[in-house]
Amino acid sequence: MLYVAVAAGAFRRYATYRAATAAGLATNTVFGFLLAYAYLALWQQRPHLGGYGPAQALTFVWTGQALLAVALIAVGGVDELQERIRSGDIAVDLHRPADLQLWWLAADLGRAALQLIGRGIVPLAVGALAFPLALPADPATWGWFLLSALLGVVVSFALRYLVALSGFWLLDSSGLALISALAGMFFSGMVLPLRVFPGGLADLAQLLPWAALLQVPADVLTGARTGTGLLRGLLFQAAWAAALLALGRLVQAAATRKVVVHGG
Amino acid sequence: MSAGSAGPLIELDGVEKVFTVRRRAGRLRRTRHEVRAVDGLTFQVPRGEMVGYLGPNGAGKSTTLKMLTGILVPSGGRLRVAGLDPARDRLRLARRIGVVLGQRTTLWWDLPLADSYDLVRRMYRIPPAVFRANLARCTELLGLGPLLDVPVRQLSLGQRMRGDLTAALLHDPEVLYLDEPTIGLDVVSKATVRTFLRELNTERGTTVVLTTHDLTDIEQLCRRVMVIDHGRLVFDGDLAGLRAAADGERTLVVDLARQLPPIDGVPGARTVRVEGPRQWLAFPAGHSAAPLVAAIAARYPLVDLSVREPDIEALVADLYARGGAARPQPGDEAPASP
Ligand SMILES: Nc1ncnc2c1ncn2[C@@H]1O[C@H](COP(=O)(O)OP(=O)(O)OP(=O)(O)O)[C@@H](O)[C@H]1O
Ligand SMILES: [Mg+2]
Repeated sequence: MLYVAVAAGAFRRYATYRAATAAGLATNTVFGFLLAYAYLALWQQRPHLGGYGPAQALTFVWTGQALLAVALIAVGGVDELQERIRSGDIAVDLHRPADLQLWWLAADLGRAALQLIGRGIVPLAVGALAFPLALPADPATWGWFLLSALLGVVVSFALRYLVALSGFWLLDSSGLALISALAGMFFSGMVLPLRVFPGGLADLAQLLPWAALLQVPADVLTGARTGTGLLRGLLFQAAWAAALLALGRLVQAAATRKVVVHGG
Repeated sequence: MSAGSAGPLIELDGVEKVFTVRRRAGRLRRTRHEVRAVDGLTFQVPRGEMVGYLGPNGAGKSTTLKMLTGILVPSGGRLRVAGLDPARDRLRLARRIGVVLGQRTTLWWDLPLADSYDLVRRMYRIPPAVFRANLARCTELLGLGPLLDVPVRQLSLGQRMRGDLTAALLHDPEVLYLDEPTIGLDVVSKATVRTFLRELNTERGTTVVLTTHDLTDIEQLCRRVMVIDHGRLVFDGDLAGLRAAADGERTLVVDLARQLPPIDGVPGARTVRVEGPRQWLAFPAGHSAAPLVAAIAARYPLVDLSVREPDIEALVADLYARGGAARPQPGDEAPASP
């Protein structure tokens, strides 16, 4: 299948960026330690903050670091699409007998898979060695976590795809991309778990699509979501994924109908 | 066969493209401007032709190609390629055309060339036998064999260009669009690409539309030239016709037996230079040299002669400079020089 080959190609391509992966890995690990000590201090003051015990809070931190490159910042991925739209290289993509959104989704999944292996596993392992984490013993829970992380990547992609497509109308979509990335950091739970947010904000944040990027997968891994809670979490992610992908298709249709390919 | 296979492969009828651009006018105010990039183009390209598309920077060449491939929607007029409306049937048409943009690449930057071709095979669902045969042919003619395992980012511009040409042809497109395919290539690479394109057109019958600023491309490849300026067709015909249309002058160089005063009294020609026994006479490109030669031979001791065609660069520069003032009507065939 074409799109499987696209994903595999993206995987191989990101595998060639060894130095970047190593540097990112180091960053994730260092950040993990900083955040873990901050969380430890916080949870010593306020045990059971947001309903998490200290071990769960630490697990949340290291899951966040594991998914940072995969779904949050998504280094590479759709940034490149944004740049292609800006420079007009998108013309090449549009000449292909392939669906633009599926193509880039496939490429982003390939990238995410490489970054999960290259930049996800090690921080989580380091975290587990250095701190008492609440990691599941049950392989099924790991399976649900992977599924949830996959859905998170799809939601993340769909959001970034929309931002990138705005480049067809805006001369420069990098401002929007920055705002979107910051919103993503805050509302995904990367800074603090969403359940720790004050009252109304916590409820609101858990309805926004960014919650699908980290909050839900981390809750699945820490065991904060089981049974129907787990199911509801996955449905929440799938619903946002479907809605945002559909919106992306609408915008894509509008873009290719009315819009302009930059450059000669 | 597909619809429209009987008629011309490419048909444009009054095609327009108007861009709306916003410009700053004062601190906050912005004014909207209309740029007529393509302004009422009408032409047809039959199957199997190789057409050169010329024009100064900003004339609307790339914009025309983008409409032909369906990635830009025309603002007006009618456009058909292989019976399809490109903008509406972009994905369907994409299977039947090949596109090479000189300044951009379709190849996977960080992966070996062969990986890109494998992707092309899947994308166009090329049967394995066809794929193997086409790849073998292109790699041989373009000398890509040793490069298939090399990551694209390590290729030189000329190598990458040949790689892109191959990628555009593996699925046997009916028409190949090339936007400045020889830009930045050295003489050897240019020659390789030209030979390849000629073979493609004559042996395989692929229709080729190419834009270029290199007039040698046109001279060596295209029987038909279209010149566009400010989005309008200012010339459509063969090279000889272009020479005539541009009011170019041919030059008759005569060697006389001895040094003489400038040749005089030959109707339709004027002497532009004298150097010892050799004299240069200019005459209109549309005219034959024979009567001139006869008239000179009758009155002067003629030893030798040669005719020089006008320099095509100068002709085209002249056409551009006039900005299409002398716009031929569609179908207005310029007389070919004898
Ligand atoms: N995306 C765009 N937005 C606004 N104007 C555009 C756009 N693309 C092209 N134009 C304008 O349309 C005109 C034609 O541009 P086009 O790229 O077709 O020229 P060209 O003939 O390919 O020139 P060159 O030889 O420099 O490549 C130019 O005046 C250009 O400024
Ligand atoms: Mg151009």
